[in-house]
Amino acid sequence: MRESKPKIGVYVCHCGTNISGKVDVEAVSEYASALPHVAIAKNFKFMCSSPGQQLVIDDIRKNDLNRVVVASCSPRMHEKTFRTACQAAGINPYYFQMACIREHDSWVTEDPEAATQKAKDLVRGSVARVAHHQQLTSRVVDINPNVLVIGGGISGMQAALDIADGGKKVYLVERDPSIGGNMSKFDKTFPTLDCAACISTPKLVAVGQHENIEMMTYSEVADVSGFVGNFTVKIRKKPRYVDADKCTGCGVCTEKCPSKVLSEFDHDLTKRKAIFTPFPQSVPNTPVIDTENCLFFKKGKCRACEKFCEAGAIDFEQKEEIVEINVGSIIIATGFETFDPTPLTQYGFGRYPEVYTSIQFERINNATGPTSGKIVTKDGKKPESVAIIHCVGSRDQNYMKYCSRVCCMYSMKFAHLVREKTGAEVYEFYIDIRSPGKGYEEFYNRLQEEGTHFIRGKVSQITDMVDSPEDEGKLMVVAEDTLARKVRRIPVDMVVLSVGLKPAAGIEDIARMVGISVDSDGWINELHPKLGPLATPSDGIFIAGCCQGPKDIPDSVAQGQGAAGAALSLISRGKLEIEAAVSAIDPERCMGCRQCEEVCVYGAISYHPALNICEVNEAICKGCGNCAATCPNKAIDLKHFNNDELLAEMEGLMFGPADFHHGTDEQAA
Amino acid sequence: MANNETDIKIVAFLCNWCTFTAADLAGTSRLKYAPNIRIVKVMCSSRIEPVFILKVLLDGADGVFIGGCAPGDCHYSKGNFYARRKVALAKTLAKSAGLDSERIRLSWIPASEGPRFAHVVNEFTAHIKELGDNPARREVYI
Repeated sequence: MRESKPKIGVYVCHCGTNISGKVDVEAVSEYASALPHVAIAKNFKFMCSSPGQQLVIDDIRKNDLNRVVVASCSPRMHEKTFRTACQAAGINPYYFQMACIREHDSWVTEDPEAATQKAKDLVRGSVARVAHHQQLTSRVVDINPNVLVIGGGISGMQAALDIADGGKKVYLVERDPSIGGNMSKFDKTFPTLDCAACISTPKLVAVGQHENIEMMTYSEVADVSGFVGNFTVKIRKKPRYVDADKCTGCGVCTEKCPSKVLSEFDHDLTKRKAIFTPFPQSVPNTPVIDTENCLFFKKGKCRACEKFCEAGAIDFEQKEEIVEINVGSIIIATGFETFDPTPLTQYGFGRYPEVYTSIQFERINNATGPTSGKIVTKDGKKPESVAIIHCVGSRDQNYMKYCSRVCCMYSMKFAHLVREKTGAEVYEFYIDIRSPGKGYEEFYNRLQEEGTHFIRGKVSQITDMVDSPEDEGKLMVVAEDTLARKVRRIPVDMVVLSVGLKPAAGIEDIARMVGISVDSDGWINELHPKLGPLATPSDGIFIAGCCQGPKDIPDSVAQGQGAAGAALSLISRGKLEIEAAVSAIDPERCMGCRQCEEVCVYGAISYHPALNICEVNEAICKGCGNCAATCPNKAIDLKHFNNDELLAEMEGLMFGPADFHHGTDEQAA
Repeated sequence: MANNETDIKIVAFLCNWCTFTAADLAGTSRLKYAPNIRIVKVMCSSRIEPVFILKVLLDGADGVFIGGCAPGDCHYSKGNFYARRKVALAKTLAKSAGLDSERIRLSWIPASEGPRFAHVVNEFTAHIKELGDNPARREVYI
């Protein structure tokens, strides 16, 4: 297609003094005015402001401009703003190019002269490029109103409930046999001390009973394909070996099962059966058979559960199933798991029976836990003193550099519970107390008044080598008290390690499937740290809760609601414009070698044997350009990043106007 | 002959999702780095053809930098691995054309690592300065 002869307007932004403080914007716009095809070059205080945009619109209309270059911030900030302005003035939005002279220039360059030179080069590159831009039309697609929520913890449940209450269908996928997540293991919640089960159980039930929520527990996401508004998701349903439709949840099978193994839900403090529900309030209440420990699966006999099940719900023939669903958006709420302190051998976890992790201590405090909520040592005695050690795994250069945010608060909650239930002396060994949140600092003050001992210092060692005979059988906690400036050796009966939070296992797989990334600690990268906390770089993929970083319950719930709002907003739009920059194959040039088909990870390219050519499915193509770079015959071009445009930009960046090879017809002549 | 420091020119092809974003982050964090780099944005590092790299060098750039997502983090699944292959090919071609393949560098910089971007740019710029200006600058090849 022959495009109209370029007539370019160049606009250099001052961005207050963000750019003009370093770059001589006058000089840049003057320089730009002499570049090929440039009809107008101006500089303006804030190009993104209404008057700035209006300036572009008016110039396009008055002077018949058909190409626009704005030299300002990163295109990730305002490309959309100016494309919309171009469109408003009646030219194709793709007739626009942005030169980033703020993030990539004025903010990172020391010398004003070098910064000005760089700005000129970048503008020259953009001018050369925009002259080759082609008109493109965006595709409009329908948005599937169904939503997939991955993860049935408090955040995922809240998201699912909000969307379902809004009248839209939700698929809630949870890999454990029950929804509920980590919160269902807790006893009390800080700082209000309300019972975790009392506030979360109703949510579990509401999710289980909601007509718009299809729960898929004991299931995992196996594959995600498609794009915003039109995802196809494959879900692997692991066999429960119990027919959920027939099971009444009476629990006889669990009672009769002879095989006992350590309970994951109680973090190895109790035993469960090989056929089990993780906890009494599980939703759904249908048990699963753990084939690794079931005698029938191991040795071929037993079938006690089957014998005693009156409903005839046991089905040893169940097979893994792959279910395919179609959704328009996906909310990832895969949460966290706790740090395993075994590698910190100085704390003796796994060696001394009275050293517990915080999540184990939650179970000890919980009425459905190993001690029915009583705080007692393994030999059943009430402790006289308890040490709680903060920052285990967190704020540690060797493990997790970050602060896990919730440990100070839950540690203080433990201190309160220990004092309340046993009257024992509690020693909190902390580095700094972090209590930002509504009522959190007040809770800290209350704990100090209650007589909890706060010792500022990192524990160096926990040992059973006691100093005096009367402490025999106790554990000695050794730490330097950095406020009193002396080493403290305190004998205690129980030790709680306040372990940090890390991303749930398997998060990278989910991230990869939906095309987003995780940071160096493994948490999911949000779209923008301030302004896009729930969105991701992949359109239609939202995140909520601890998969993005450690959070407390109120923040996780808020994020669940926020992500639900974002998904509902997308659904309300009904239709969506999709970026037009996709690949196109020139059938005249294609020789049917199928290399493009091979490199396309989305399966967007198909081969026509009769014509011996390949074709791009624009609805599936994501516009990476791998095929364009691979095609040996140059039959493929990626729209908006085609060879003409990129070569022109490269040459533009390299040469002054006199050297333009590729830039314009005149110069080529 | 002797290079003015700001005379050195490096053309960088950065993928939109990771290294370009890291460059933005280096900017918002106000990290100062050498001013010689000129960025061309592509959606994915796999879009970069070996020919682009050679052309930039033949046109007289002193260095070519390619930035993509970290392994496993590619927005397009494995475009970065294809980029690695293409860059390796470009280096071989450069050598046979009598160009210094040391002037070509591929680096995988995650979106969250602005400081790393600034560091790599400084390091690569220093390396190019050591190599001196690209002889292709003064000779016409095409």
